[in-house]
Amino acid sequence: MLTLQEKTILPETRPIDAPKLAEIAAELRGKVIEMSHKAQTAHLGSSLSCCDIVTAAYWHVTRIDPKDPLDPLRDRFILSKGHAASTLYAALAMRGFFPLEELDTFCQDGGRLAEHPPANLLPGVEAATGSLGHGLPIGIGMALAGRIKNESYRIHALLSDGECNEGSVWEAAMFAAAHKLENICIIVDYNKWQATARSNQTLALAPLRDKWEAFGWDAMEIDGHDIGTVARLMDNVPNGSGKPVALIANTIKGKGVSFMEDDNNWHYRAPTAEEVVLARRELGLI
Amino acid sequence: MRNAFADELTKLGSQDSRVIMLSGDIGNKLFDKFKTAHPDRFFNCGVAEANMTGVAAGMAISGLRPITYTITPFVTTRCLEQIRTDVCYHEAPVVIVAVGAGLAYAGLGPTHHACEDISFLRSIPNMVVICPGDAWEVRGALRAALRQDRPVYIRMGKKGEPLVHDAVPADFEIGRAITVTDGDDVCLLSTGNMLPEAVEAAHLLKERGISARVVSFHTVKPLDIACLTEAFDKFRLVATLEEHSLIGGLGAAVAEWVTDDGVKPKQFLRFGTPDTFFKWSGEQEYARERLGLTAAQIADRIQKTLTRN
Repeated sequence: MLTLQEKTILPETRPIDAPKLAEIAAELRGKVIEMSHKAQTAHLGSSLSCCDIVTAAYWHVTRIDPKDPLDPLRDRFILSKGHAASTLYAALAMRGFFPLEELDTFCQDGGRLAEHPPANLLPGVEAATGSLGHGLPIGIGMALAGRIKNESYRIHALLSDGECNEGSVWEAAMFAAAHKLENICIIVDYNKWQATARSNQTLALAPLRDKWEAFGWDAMEIDGHDIGTVARLMDNVPNGSGKPVALIANTIKGKGVSFMEDDNNWHYRAPTAEEVVLARRELGLI
Repeated sequence: MRNAFADELTKLGSQDSRVIMLSGDIGNKLFDKFKTAHPDRFFNCGVAEANMTGVAAGMAISGLRPITYTITPFVTTRCLEQIRTDVCYHEAPVVIVAVGAGLAYAGLGPTHHACEDISFLRSIPNMVVICPGDAWEVRGALRAALRQDRPVYIRMGKKGEPLVHDAVPADFEIGRAITVTDGDDVCLLSTGNMLPEAVEAAHLLKERGISARVVSFHTVKPLDIACLTEAFDKFRLVATLEEHSLIGGLGAAVAEWVTDDGVKPKQFLRFGTPDTFFKWSGEQEYARERLGLTAAQIADRIQKTLTRN
């Protein structure tokens, strides 16, 4: 069996092809919009805001082999904001974890692609999420297991800003810092909205980077749509600080489609067939 | 029970490098031997049980055998969603060990009582619920739990409870009740730390000419159906005993089985705690007496029921 290093290219030797990653992200957005239309499901805005981060993860950062999805030495990417499942499913299918055609079964009776990622059912899904505040503690357990077993894999967990309402996130933050877990990185998809309101008017998240820093993390605020920077910083884990890494990624809910951007109606609305065409045109897909 | 748990944990930890101990900031010095032997496998997770349980699930998913441990309400109801979603939904082999179950810590007040945990945990798919009857059964339960490849809940009392067995029961097996003493008239199905009371109640009944079988019904889920079938068939009266609410505990589980299986019980009594918080100060013995759970009260009620019919 090939080692992980043989299967994948070491981070420092991998150039980041930002334009190529941006093309993939646009394609990913197109798939997510089509899935939302076909299934008439919610959370499209949340799914679009994290497409650049998920693209960076699955096309540059995360050392995984779709043909060996349970390789114990693999990196783990956890979609802690499980309501963006369509983005995860589309990325996994595009990377070959399961057939692209299976995306047509999203939210259909008897399928494997439910509205939130399932446990022990779909290749590539590392943790069942959907209830917020769970992905980080699970990821920390995985990261500690790696340290205990002397395996050098990394964990990336993608959280939403609304998710940072949950107390378990901050319990986990203090725990990871106490154990100097430098093989874990969180990315907060800071799109400034939660389900029904502006996130900072709901609970005072700001200053979010400072909070994570105060909780003992090496915290950085970045543009979550600058895909090259996202890929570089996500890949730079461990980063030599001796701390877990928090990337507070400023994003726009509904990113990529002008009439969806920063409009929280798209937390629950699903696009019409006409809107799908308009959106795909804006994304340069037609 | 807790000292036996710590001692057995240390032994099993030496045999299996996957065993990880996660404590919710309790057990001062209790785990010193484990910590000395396996410093890299002990984690004081602080007063943060939701995170502790999620971390344990992540470890278990990654091939380790974590054990979470703190006082019963905090390791169960405080983090119930993590148990349900992170542990049970993922079928992650986490062993959840609770100390001070039922009224064991009666003196600490209702914040520390736990008379609802069996009810919550047994309703979660994939979960096994074991309530050891004495310190030897704790050792047997921990060994059996770590042989499983699935979530297990072990519900312990405190320390210094009377011993019922004189070694780890050779036939200790998850889902298989243990007959402690045999009898002909009534069958006492006891779970958890009520076992010594059940044994004592049988002695009292014997003095009154009533012969009782005492069963340590240590596994509440899955139920030992063979044991139940025989008991309801053979005995004039079957009673369940537990330091847990009558809602959702062993008695309720048996009543559900009776109903679903179409069993026609001759006499069926359930001893447990009522649907109220026990607000009085006082230790476990006092609380049991107030709630009708002492051996003498159990024997009296059984005798009355038998003579009434």
